Amino acid sequence: MEKVEKDHAALAEEFIKDEERVDWHDGALWWIRQKRDMAAKNIPEWEALREAASQIKNNVLSNLHDYLLEFEANVTKNGIKVHWAADAEEHNAIVYSILKEKGIEQMVKSKSMLTEECHLNEYLIERGIDVINSDLGEYIQQLDNEPPSHIVLPCIHKRKEEIGEIFHEHLGTEKGVSDPTTLTRFARRHLRNVFVTRRAALTGVNFAVAETGEYVVCTNEGNADMGAHLSEVQIASMGIEKIIPQKKHLGIFLRLLARSATGQPITIYSSHFKKPRKGQEMHLILVDMGRSRQLGRPDFRDSLKCIRCGSCMNTCPVYRKSGGLSYHNTVAGPIGAILAPNLDMRKHADLPFASTLCGSCSNVCPVKINIHEQLYKWRQVIVQEGYAANTKVLGIKAMAWTLSSPTSYSTIGKAGRWVLNNIPFAVNNKFNPWYRQRDMPDSPKESFGEWYAKHGKDEVK
Amino acid sequence: MSTRERILADVLKNQPSASPLPDMSAFKGGNQDVVATYCEVFTGIGGKAFRVKSFAEIKHRIAEQFDTAQRIITSLPELSDSFERLSIDIDPHTFDDVDVAVIEAELAVAENGAVWLPEQRMGQRIVPYICQHLAVVIPAERIVPTLHEAYAKIGAGDYGFAAFIGGPSKTADIEQALVLGAHGPISMSVFVLGQGTTPNSVASY
Repeated sequence: MEKVEKDHAALAEEFIKDEERVDWHDGALWWIRQKRDMAAKNIPEWEALREAASQIKNNVLSNLHDYLLEFEANVTKNGIKVHWAADAEEHNAIVYSILKEKGIEQMVKSKSMLTEECHLNEYLIERGIDVINSDLGEYIQQLDNEPPSHIVLPCIHKRKEEIGEIFHEHLGTEKGVSDPTTLTRFARRHLRNVFVTRRAALTGVNFAVAETGEYVVCTNEGNADMGAHLSEVQIASMGIEKIIPQKKHLGIFLRLLARSATGQPITIYSSHFKKPRKGQEMHLILVDMGRSRQLGRPDFRDSLKCIRCGSCMNTCPVYRKSGGLSYHNTVAGPIGAILAPNLDMRKHADLPFASTLCGSCSNVCPVKINIHEQLYKWRQVIVQEGYAANTKVLGIKAMAWTLSSPTSYSTIGKAGRWVLNNIPFAVNNKFNPWYRQRDMPDSPKESFGEWYAKHGKDEVK
Repeated sequence: MSTRERILADVLKNQPSASPLPDMSAFKGGNQDVVATYCEVFTGIGGKAFRVKSFAEIKHRIAEQFDTAQRIITSLPELSDSFERLSIDIDPHTFDDVDVAVIEAELAVAENGAVWLPEQRMGQRIVPYICQHLAVVIPAERIVPTLHEAYAKIGAGDYGFAAFIGGPSKTADIEQALVLGAHGPISMSVFVLGQGTTPNSVASY
């Protein structure tokens, strides 16, 4: 595991240095949240759809073993080769062996958070295989050597002038060109050439239907299809939790997904892959990567219901103001913060604390995951297991003692008021991070308890 | 123990007790005018919808909208006197220079503007993605209110590949500015063919 040098708070501090950027980022994501609301309000049965989606996913988790067997049997019958991978290393080795057997040295890849989690690109590049991400946002992030900052909008943290500069440096566009249409057209021409020359294409999977052995890939750009239908070898990578029982359930999920993600009624392309085309070879890799372990944690297994719409990120006040890269995890935001500790609790111990617990994420989640409650529960697990930062542990212990008896509560309260009123510099200084971005209100002279002792008996009857 | 066996054993050990599937019978569309709704929604997502009476009118509209000197292909026998009939046997890469592709959809969904295209109706899988402009013919009586009715009609489906396509390819990855024509078609037109003019045979592949 790579070492994380900075935690969420430290990385967020870098992001918020550019106030104009933060305001733009905050506003852009909030606008997407508003578009989601408008789309949801157009569907009178929206809440019933969310409930049905949640129940279908509960059923999937409760019967995943049998659904995986059913799916595997049907996929195989359809002429697609099924592989199983326990972890990133095994997944990447399978992809590499498929390409190597065909003597393929170049691959085009559409959006797949799973392969980001597995660091597939780095693995293949080290072995002499060239990989190009074809989703425009992911392509920009790849050129800039950065991971995506949002699962649906990979470069939402970048301004168009920066993207223009990246295109100028890597693709030779004219310096200073930053018009989104001009840059998109340029990328279109450039990547068209990639699509027609690649013999192998890899896609992610949004939904995998146990009943029919087909899988559905949703995009707006058409990049997954451009790669897949021109390739001689097509590979799909999916987490084992992406299964849904029956085809008719797609009606529920496809009605929810794009409306929750961007406010669109459906993604432009919802591609149903079932069999290879003539002369083509298809592979499907079922990946565990900690999912079976998360399934065994009753408090956290609901996180596996996620359909990766990103609505919890768009609505989260902490995500909007700290940027996705500050989460130092492939999936950022509230959902990332409840998925990541399962993979590596020490490395991601800070993430469940990067939240106000306001609950907005749970309110917009199309499959009704209790995200904010899980954030709260992860905090408890992380402190109990000894992974919380020392300052946090000390603070929590001090608070626990303070609240443990009326005497200690009133003593600490009195002391606190005295300090704030008489020697505020003792706490309001550069060594106390709490004060860095905050102004505190004036402290009252007495507590409510003291006031009540003086006035209560006479004035309150 | 193989990886497969180990994953399946872990899943079986860790999965919670049985939870039932929900009743979906209440999910269906209302009694709205599906053709009008379809056209409105499809226009709203950046497509162009035309209500037409005949294939002659479709030919006329295509000639009006596009440069007929460019390569225009179709899988529809009704249009093959005017445009190149696409071959299902050639290398898909050879469609790279197609300007317009005209194909027929099996279904269209009023509430989201998408058309359902099994690969038999595409001719080849790459066709609706690689063309610069996509034109789709949908007989009016095949428009359904929601995805629930669509999947009920589709059933298991006899296809190796199929897709819902709802509008021109788009991206907003650069500063959330909407750009039509990311990697797929720059424009999508749908011709809603009025009743009584349904083709008796579509592509006979």
